[in-house]
Amino acid sequence: MPDRALPHPVTTEPPGARALLTLAVLALTLVLLIAPLAVVFAEALREGLGAALAALTERDAWSAIRLTLLVAAVSVPLNAAVGLAAAWAIAKFDFRGKAVLITLIDLPFSVSPVVAGLALVLLYGTHGWLGAWLQAHDLKIVFAFPGLLLATLFITFPFVARELIPVMTEQGRAEEEAALTLGASGWHMFRTVTLPNVRWALLYGVLLCNARAMGEFGAVAVISGKIRGQTTTMPIMIEMLYNEYLSVAAFSMAALLAALALLTLALKSLLEWRHADLLSAMRRH
Amino acid sequence: MHIDIDEISKSFGTTTALHPVSLSIPSGAMVSLLGPSGSGKTTLLRILAGLEQPSAGRVLLDGRDATGTPVQQRRTGFVFQSYALFRHMTVFENIAYGLRARPRRTRPGSAEITRRVERLLELIQLPQIAARYPSQLSGGQRQRVALARALATEPRMLLLDEPFGALDARVRRELRAGLREIHDATGLTTVFVTHDQDEALTLADRVAVMSMGRIEQVGTPAEIRGRPATDFVRSFIAAGAERLPA
Repeated sequence: MPDRALPHPVTTEPPGARALLTLAVLALTLVLLIAPLAVVFAEALREGLGAALAALTERDAWSAIRLTLLVAAVSVPLNAAVGLAAAWAIAKFDFRGKAVLITLIDLPFSVSPVVAGLALVLLYGTHGWLGAWLQAHDLKIVFAFPGLLLATLFITFPFVARELIPVMTEQGRAEEEAALTLGASGWHMFRTVTLPNVRWALLYGVLLCNARAMGEFGAVAVISGKIRGQTTTMPIMIEMLYNEYLSVAAFSMAALLAALALLTLALKSLLEWRHADLLSAMRRH
Repeated sequence: MHIDIDEISKSFGTTTALHPVSLSIPSGAMVSLLGPSGSGKTTLLRILAGLEQPSAGRVLLDGRDATGTPVQQRRTGFVFQSYALFRHMTVFENIAYGLRARPRRTRPGSAEITRRVERLLELIQLPQIAARYPSQLSGGQRQRVALARALATEPRMLLLDEPFGALDARVRRELRAGLREIHDATGLTTVFVTHDQDEALTLADRVAVMSMGRIEQVGTPAEIRGRPATDFVRSFIAAGAERLPA
């Protein structure tokens, strides 16, 4: 092929187009992501930091914060463990009903959270299918913590499994089999090979799961009964405060919820930054 | 170690991967399972390692029935086709894995592990790469690390699945010689799977030619070349000879 000088490099766009694209992305990020966040924090601090903190330490608000953290603290580890098991089974083994299982895992993504909440009420409520039995045994699920937990577990079920399945499928079974031929027990293999190979996907799934567990509104709103100080989580509390025109209180709580989400993101970035070398070494394999 | 494959068969659902096959592998021999893809050779190798259970038949190791022995207790050194090095571990950690996986009472001390890993790195002639990750190695280096990792646990036999499949011709020739040297030095019973006639016939003491889940012929390379037992063996060997450079 004759050596011919090209008018401009074929692998890059002209500088004008690049600048335009970059600006467009920045503008979009500003409008869609940063502006709403900024508004939330600005509104929360409108009457000063003292007022915001006072609103958050009010008895019912404080109870909502604790309840949200408790729901997340229980549901996230549970879903991480179950999601890991489901992803492992789907990615590494062939079995009857695998396609059905994959579809079921996606179900919470496609069903509206409100419908999920209603389904739980129908199942466990006083007049629900299991209601009489539960009452006879003095078990309270609807309008109580177990109900909040069930709703949250349902809504956040796909996050960990969805993150892990593609990674585990791509990695296959060879490394695990190698560990077994080298004498490792199943548990040792899991701890030293399976888990480290998916730790970033797992971490990401757990963070998403956590963000949603703390932020879930629809399903939790239905099943909680919105009993102030007892079954109101942060998102529900925010709505109640907002409807009562207590906007500083509402936005303070919203800002705290947003800050918790930002904190998890910061944590993830920090971990990625600290382990950047190892991460890139693993990806190039 | 002496390996006896006694009427082993294997089916996956409705497909039959192995019809009953029998093969005797004398202690210290280097045997090749040769055949086209889908001939059942890798399945047979995985059954020897304990990674698959046969549908019927027995595996005898030194005369003792090992069919039900779990993979961890088979003490086989297995080199996987894609090497399956642990990507999140350094070369050192990869080779040390089998020693560190042992229960506490048989686990060597860390100084002893270091000594053994260093000795293995010398054996594969790569003493400088202990701190690197698998992604930072060439294909040939990865293959040798996989071999060192398999040898580290002092296995009773060495099983290799297409050990040179992913390498270019020059590296392949080098590594073939390397494997033969390691085999001769350790005296380990060695079984390797290949679809490359040339590789099987130049490297192995005995060759089992496989097709469609059956062993067509077992013999020395000279016997396979000189007296092919079936039409399949004749055409398979001939096809290979044509591909060889003059």
